[in-house]
Amino acid sequence: MNARPVYSVTQINNYIKGMLDSDRVLTGVFIRGEISNYKVYPSGHHYFSLKDEGGAIRCVLFRREASSLRFRPQSGMMVVAYGRITVFPRDGAYQLYVSVLQPDGVGDLHVAFEQLKARLSAEGLFDLEHKKPLPKYPKRIALVTSPAGAAVRDMLRILGARWPMAEAYVVPCRVQGAEAPAEIAGAIAWVNAYRLADLIITGRGGGSMEDLWCFNDEGVARAIYASEIPVISAVGHEPDVTIADYVADLRAATPSNAAELAVPDQNEEYARLDYLKRRLAKAGGERLRQERIRLDRFSRCRALQDPMTWVQDRRVLLDYQRDRLTHALTAALGEDRERFARLAASLDALSPLKVLSRGYAIARGPLGVVRSVKDAAPGDELNLKVSDGDLSCTVNGRADSPGKGE
Amino acid sequence: MPTKKQLSFEDSMKRLEEIVARLDSGEAPLEEALALFEEGSGLIRTCSAALDKAEQKVHKLLPGPDGAPVEAEMEEMP
Repeated sequence: MNARPVYSVTQINNYIKGMLDSDRVLTGVFIRGEISNYKVYPSGHHYFSLKDEGGAIRCVLFRREASSLRFRPQSGMMVVAYGRITVFPRDGAYQLYVSVLQPDGVGDLHVAFEQLKARLSAEGLFDLEHKKPLPKYPKRIALVTSPAGAAVRDMLRILGARWPMAEAYVVPCRVQGAEAPAEIAGAIAWVNAYRLADLIITGRGGGSMEDLWCFNDEGVARAIYASEIPVISAVGHEPDVTIADYVADLRAATPSNAAELAVPDQNEEYARLDYLKRRLAKAGGERLRQERIRLDRFSRCRALQDPMTWVQDRRVLLDYQRDRLTHALTAALGEDRERFARLAASLDALSPLKVLSRGYAIARGPLGVVRSVKDAAPGDELNLKVSDGDLSCTVNGRADSPGKGE
Repeated sequence: MPTKKQLSFEDSMKRLEEIVARLDSGEAPLEEALALFEEGSGLIRTCSAALDKAEQKVHKLLPGPDGAPVEAEMEEMP
C-alpha cells in the first residue's frame, strides 16, 4: 500500500477528467433519453438529467447553446442530446455538456411549432372574435414581402387584372433567414403606424419548413395580431400552414390566392353594374308607363271632356236621392209608432199597480217587503199597499202554511 | 340622401342598389322616382367610368430617415 502513490482529490479528479477528455467516444457522443428535472438557472444555463429505465446521466446546457434552441425542453420529453462527457472537478461528478439538443422522433422545428401554436392559442391570438372583416373594395393594399420573389409578381399581376383600382404598395422585407421575422413584424407595425393601407398581405412563395420559418415566429404572430389593418397571410403552397396563418384575419393558400381573396373581380362588378342598369331602366320605364295609363284614364273620363253633362248628371242624381230620403223617413216614422204602442201595452201588463187592482197587496214591515212569515213578528207594524192607498196594520199572530217553510 | 358628387365606388354601388330597390317597390312618388332614376343613371355612368379608367398603380415604400414612408423605384418589376 505504501509503495503506491497517494493522490489528492483534485489530482485524481483531474486524472479522471484527463482520461475522459482523451476518450474518442466521450468527446462527441449522441445520447437518447428522457428529460427529467429540467431547470433553468438565473445564470441562463439549463440543468437536467437524461434517463432511461436503467439509469440517468446529469446534463448541462449552457446559456449560449440554450439560446439557439428552437423548442422548449420539458421534463418527460424524449430527446437526443449531442455533447461531450467530462468531469466537473469540484464535485467529482461526470456530466454531459450538451451542445445540440433535439426532440427525438420529430424534428425540433415541428415541436417548436406545436409549442408556440399551443401557447398563442391559449393566449387567444387565434380567436375568431378578434378577426377583422376585410374591406370589400380595398383602395390601398400593402404587400409585406420580398420585392424580388415570384410571389410579389404573382400578387401584383392578379391584383392588376382583377381590381386595378386598388393601389399596391410593396413594403420590402426579407422572408427567409434570421433577420426576416423582425423585418416582417417591423413592416406590419410600420404600415399600421403610418396608415399606409387598408389591407395588408404578408407572405412568400413555397419552400422548405426552414424557409417558411419566419412566419412561425412569435414576433410576426404578435405583429399580425396587433395590426389594426386586416391582414391576409399567404405563405407557401396550399398544405403549408404557419402560425401567421392562424393569427391572420384571413388565410390564403398561396400568394396568388391572397390576391384573389383581397379584391373583387372587375368583370363581376361590370356584370353587376349592367344588371343594375337594366333593372333601373325597367323600374323607371315601368313607372312611366303606369303614370301614362293613369293619365289616359283621367283624360278619357267624361267629366273632363264635357263638364256640363257632369253637372246635369249630378242634378238628376240629387232629385232621385231626395225622393228616396223622403220615402225612407215616412216609412221609418210609421214603423216607430207601431213599436211604441206595442211597448206601452207590455209595460202596462207588467205594472205592479195592475196587480194590486186584482186584489193583491204589498206588505212592508221593519225588514222591508214581507215575503215570508219570518219577515215579521207579532206586534210589528205593517204597511199594506193596496190599489188605491195604504193601510197601517199590526201583526196579531203567525201561522206557517202546512207543507211550506222548513 | 348623400350629398353631392364623388362617392367612393363602394358607396356608389350601395346607393345604386338602394335606388333600384326603391324604384322597384313602386312606393316613390313620381317626382322622387324621376329624381332617383336620374341619380341612378349618373351613378352607373361614374362607376363604369371608374372601372374603365382604372390602371394599376404600384409603389414601393421604404421608411425614410425619420421613419416616414418614402417611395422608391420598383426596379425588378416586369
